[in-house]
Amino acid sequence: MPYIPLEDHLPGITGLLEYSKETAAPIRELTQILLRGPSTLTEGERELIATVVSHRNQCTFCTTAHTAAANILLGEEETSARVKQDIITAPVSEKMKALLTIAAQVQQGGKNVTTASVQKAKEAGATDIEIHDTVLIAALFCLYNRYVDGLATVTPTDPAFYKGLGERLKNNGYNRLPQGYEHLKK
Amino acid sequence: MAHIQVEENIPGIRSLVLFRPETGKPLYDLAQVLLRGPSSLSEAERELIAAYVSYRNECIFCMSSHAAAARCLYGPDKNLVDEVLHDMQQSGVSDKLKALLHIAGKVQVLGREVTPEDIAAARVLGADDREIHDTVLIAAAFSMFNRYVDGLASFTPTDLAVYEAMGERMAKGYVLPASPEPK
Repeated sequence: MPYIPLEDHLPGITGLLEYSKETAAPIRELTQILLRGPSTLTEGERELIATVVSHRNQCTFCTTAHTAAANILLGEEETSARVKQDIITAPVSEKMKALLTIAAQVQQGGKNVTTASVQKAKEAGATDIEIHDTVLIAALFCLYNRYVDGLATVTPTDPAFYKGLGERLKNNGYNRLPQGYEHLKK
Repeated sequence: MAHIQVEENIPGIRSLVLFRPETGKPLYDLAQVLLRGPSSLSEAERELIAAYVSYRNECIFCMSSHAAAARCLYGPDKNLVDEVLHDMQQSGVSDKLKALLHIAGKVQVLGREVTPEDIAAARVLGADDREIHDTVLIAAAFSMFNRYVDGLASFTPTDLAVYEAMGERMAKGYVLPASPEPK
């Protein structure tokens, strides 16, 4: 049970974003720009960064939700599974391996990012903006994962829930739904 | 030197938001609403939570600047800031704030570290839902800000006077910098 009263029909992050709409607005805006805004990284690649960081922060809700979003965007399920297992042998480009490695270092702590790993990303063709966005996406999910688990929000166990959420993240992105969330009440 | 090409000599997060103002705007908006928006926790207490988490994340830039802002906001009680950063449990802040700082410290490690007992202890001392929410979110947000600032190796000034001036500016609120400061 969550540590504060959240709406029953809104598990995970959504209940928190509805509980505190003033703080939710900039968090949603930041996420929309980083994961859905113009970028030379695909939406699927950016969801993989979110997935890897959430997985390493042991946040089941965020990991499952962003895995679902990545799978829908990539059109397959192997890549998200493999990057969680081992970045280096996963079926992604050398550039993505280097960026995911940086994201994993950010998850540990900002100071863990090494000049060598940044150099490797640059040699694999990563631009400064891509490196910037990778670090900020990884840092943002260190926020989300702590927010979601730190207040003990509900983590659904039904895979159908995450499939629906993944679809919503693909079709609507991270902006608050214009009609709100009342329609999700059963 | 920073990992990406940001303006030299601009410290910490300012250099990063000038590099990418699109993401800088919601980051500053978040800091403003969390640390200066309506709350039953004082601005000084919220800055103290930010400084405490940054200290635990060993982010010198965020720790020094938010400690300076907290000292500024605490005014005559500014020694509380250094007491908390030295030894939180032995400091002179209220027991309620200690319980909230304890929760913030758990969040700094990982969300799942926070236990029902930690929450119950804060409630017994008078913390309400909103204060618990805000504490967790401030701690989570600084787990982001600290990683952003250090993950890109932004410039961390070593001159304490720089932070004192920064703290005075921050005490007034968080506004996205429009252009590089004059040298």
